Amino acid sequence: MITEANILEWLQEVKDPEIPVLSLVDLGVITNVAIDEHKVCITMTPTFVGCPAIDYMKQDIIEVLNSYGIDNVDVKVTFEKQWNSNMISEKGRTALKEFGLAPPPKHNLIVDIDILENIACPNCGSTDSIMKTPFGPTACRSIHFCNSCKETFEQFKPI
Amino acid sequence: MNEQALKELLYKMADDQLILGHRNSEWTGFGPLLEEDIAFSSMAQDKVGQSQALYTILHELGEGEPDTVAFMRNADQFHNCQLVELPNGEYDFSLIRHFLFDTAEAIRFEMLSNSSYAPLAQLAKKIKGELRYHTMHANIWIKQLGAATEESIGKLQQSLETALPYALGIFEPSPYEQELISEGIFEGEVALQDVWLKKVEEVIGQTKLTMPDVASLTPAFGGRVGKHSSHLQPLLDEMSEVFKIDPGADW
Repeated sequence: MITEANILEWLQEVKDPEIPVLSLVDLGVITNVAIDEHKVCITMTPTFVGCPAIDYMKQDIIEVLNSYGIDNVDVKVTFEKQWNSNMISEKGRTALKEFGLAPPPKHNLIVDIDILENIACPNCGSTDSIMKTPFGPTACRSIHFCNSCKETFEQFKPI
Repeated sequence: MNEQALKELLYKMADDQLILGHRNSEWTGFGPLLEEDIAFSSMAQDKVGQSQALYTILHELGEGEPDTVAFMRNADQFHNCQLVELPNGEYDFSLIRHFLFDTAEAIRFEMLSNSSYAPLAQLAKKIKGELRYHTMHANIWIKQLGAATEESIGKLQQSLETALPYALGIFEPSPYEQELISEGIFEGEVALQDVWLKKVEEVIGQTKLTMPDVASLTPAFGGRVGKHSSHLQPLLDEMSEVFKIDPGADW
């Protein structure tokens, strides 16, 4: 008997293609798992509406679950439950930091300029940093500069 | 639910995003600073992605496939406001347009997050979070360059005066205005313009720019009913070139 816990454990193998240390489960984009006798239906929601990686992620989910013997997998992408960066798990936040990306500050769903300043540098930990630009190499990252270690770093944007 | 009214609303929003997304993408490789190059490119990606999500809702309502709808129509079948189709011009014009448009866009999606049409409300809740970065970006630069040097203030002032009549075209009344309002789908263009004007004046008031008297301007209407400037068709030809050569192209 396959359980939701099994599925979520297996889906730990599916990583964000642009952040290969972070699983989709820890990213918080898997919003529902439905299992019946013949089929597993995964519901997911994108981090950003225009995320170009969504089709890769869908395919990866199907392939990983196929490898565990589940042949009938349906992946539905919806906005019924909207993703926000508070949905990244603690494990995911640690993984981001180790990868060199500052995890997004927790917020009350209203992001303003103040919470984008003084982000802890993932290299040295200093919060003496400034935001250089709210747009980075992917839709979900911003670019910051650390005044302490003089390194430029990226942040997974709060949204 | 008045489906015609809903579709008209969705088409004009999606077309605005697609066309401005394309214009933003023209800054890729040409931005005056690397950060601005990346900013306009990122906003292009957001806007095109958002338009796709709106075309997907339209598809679920019986309209064509999103790619077909995006790439196979001619200019007179597009419902975007004329503001978004104008050429990028110099950076000051692109910046002013971005400020005027995205201020309206952020308010529109904030309003739509309470829409009685659930798929639109759900998407709007998502999009409004993304748009915060767009308005934040616009406001930072308008405030900085609008109070910097004589040259930057002069250029922005000129672009503001050029763009404003077109920006008023965003709010061209819909024939379905009353239906949209009474059915709780959208609060309407008049309500949107009111909030927009206050927000624009608030930001401009923090600069050395002078806000023209909006009441004395003639809005550039027509875009919502397929009347466009001569700039739109060449944009569409370029945007759809690959699709028209090979509709199944994949990369």
